[in-house]
Amino acid sequence: MNTPGPSAPKQPSSPAPETEDVVVIDVRDPADTLPEPPGDRIAGTRTVDVSVRILDENDRRAEVNRARLAVLGIRALNFVSSPGAGKTTLLQHTLAALGEDVSSAVLVGDLETANDARRLRRPGVPVAQITTGGACHLDAAMVARAMDAIPLDGVRLLFIENVGNLVCPASFDLGENRRITLVSCTEGEDKPLKYPPMFSSAHAVLLTKIDVAGAMEFDRKLALQNIRRAAPQASVFEVSAKTGEGMDAWLAYLRGLL
Amino acid sequence: MHEVGIAQAALDQALEQAQRAGAVRIHRIVLRVGTLSGVEPTALEFAMQTLLPGSIADGAGLEIEPVPALARCRSCSHEYSPSDGLLFECPHCGALASTVLRGRELELARLEIS
Ligand SMILES: Nc1nc2c(ncn2[C@@H]2O[C@H](COP(=O)(O)OP(=O)(O)OP(=O)(O)O)[C@@H](O)[C@H]2O)c(=O)[nH]1
Ligand SMILES: [Mg+2]
Ligand SMILES: [Zn+2]
Repeated sequence: MNTPGPSAPKQPSSPAPETEDVVVIDVRDPADTLPEPPGDRIAGTRTVDVSVRILDENDRRAEVNRARLAVLGIRALNFVSSPGAGKTTLLQHTLAALGEDVSSAVLVGDLETANDARRLRRPGVPVAQITTGGACHLDAAMVARAMDAIPLDGVRLLFIENVGNLVCPASFDLGENRRITLVSCTEGEDKPLKYPPMFSSAHAVLLTKIDVAGAMEFDRKLALQNIRRAAPQASVFEVSAKTGEGMDAWLAYLRGLL
Repeated sequence: MHEVGIAQAALDQALEQAQRAGAVRIHRIVLRVGTLSGVEPTALEFAMQTLLPGSIADGAGLEIEPVPALARCRSCSHEYSPSDGLLFECPHCGALASTVLRGRELELARLEIS
């Protein structure tokens, strides 16, 4: 039954109260719609050879984002990982460490909630939550809309936290300058070999939560070896957001992008 | 589940191409999917089936042509088919850097329309 009880107030378009201090873009709100199919015209079937890339539209929009970021002088980073690998925690500590030296902004993708955006709020750091409404990845159009929703003047680094998922985000270019793949010590050493596209397309791979590697009997050497096999092109960092280990090298990498 | 977004993009592409060709109906959709694309063909097919009703592709046949991976070693130029786990490891010289020549495809190949 979908009928609300008599005491349940209807809130058709206003955001939920707990999200009031975070910009929320719900992609279920209509933005662009497909044109209607044409009416009857031809009888009999024929085969047309199209050979187009499926993500053509997304790739075009991604290039638009990239060009816009270049004009604004912003470097954008797309953070991808399985759910819970530590993206939000890493970003919290990264934003705190960069402080006022490097003006930053954050876009966070999530299926339903704005929790991560609230965790990432800091004075002077614009944050937008992108609620995908079930889509398991961000796409370039979502990022374009979120960029419209926050002030980007003076921003040097744009951190984009993708939806936790090691498969689909690999196929969707957002227009970022760097793709950062996280894999945590709680996930098993062979993750990089099981999800090759996520690693072969990464500019940097972060092995996270190294503070718990010992307790998990995690074989760091084997994990690093697997990362290098799946992502020979990537810079590799071992970090713990919790203890701060390895964070200096990671921060130096970020500063090196400016 | 992960393939739903890609299935939607594939259907959007098919509808756009069909409209451009002046079609009123799509009878068959043929996709080309590389083994390194990160897309599981059966999951993609399933996801697409659920999206077709209500569009001009309702009831259309789906076909997925797999594209096997092919890589070329950057140090010895040896061409090889990377096996799943040992991606980019040259079987000839052991080097870790290779160029992917084929296998990343994710394309709408053909449409049968009327
Ligand atoms: N021990 C330890 N735990 C960590 C570290 N980083 C994150 N965690 C914990 O891991 C859990 C998930 O961290 P998040 O930062 O929310 O992970 P996420 O990748 O943003 O998760 P999703 O957005 O849901 O995909 C939390 O309980 C964190 O406290 C770390 O460096 N060490
Ligand atoms: Mg998060
Ligand atoms: Zn070789």
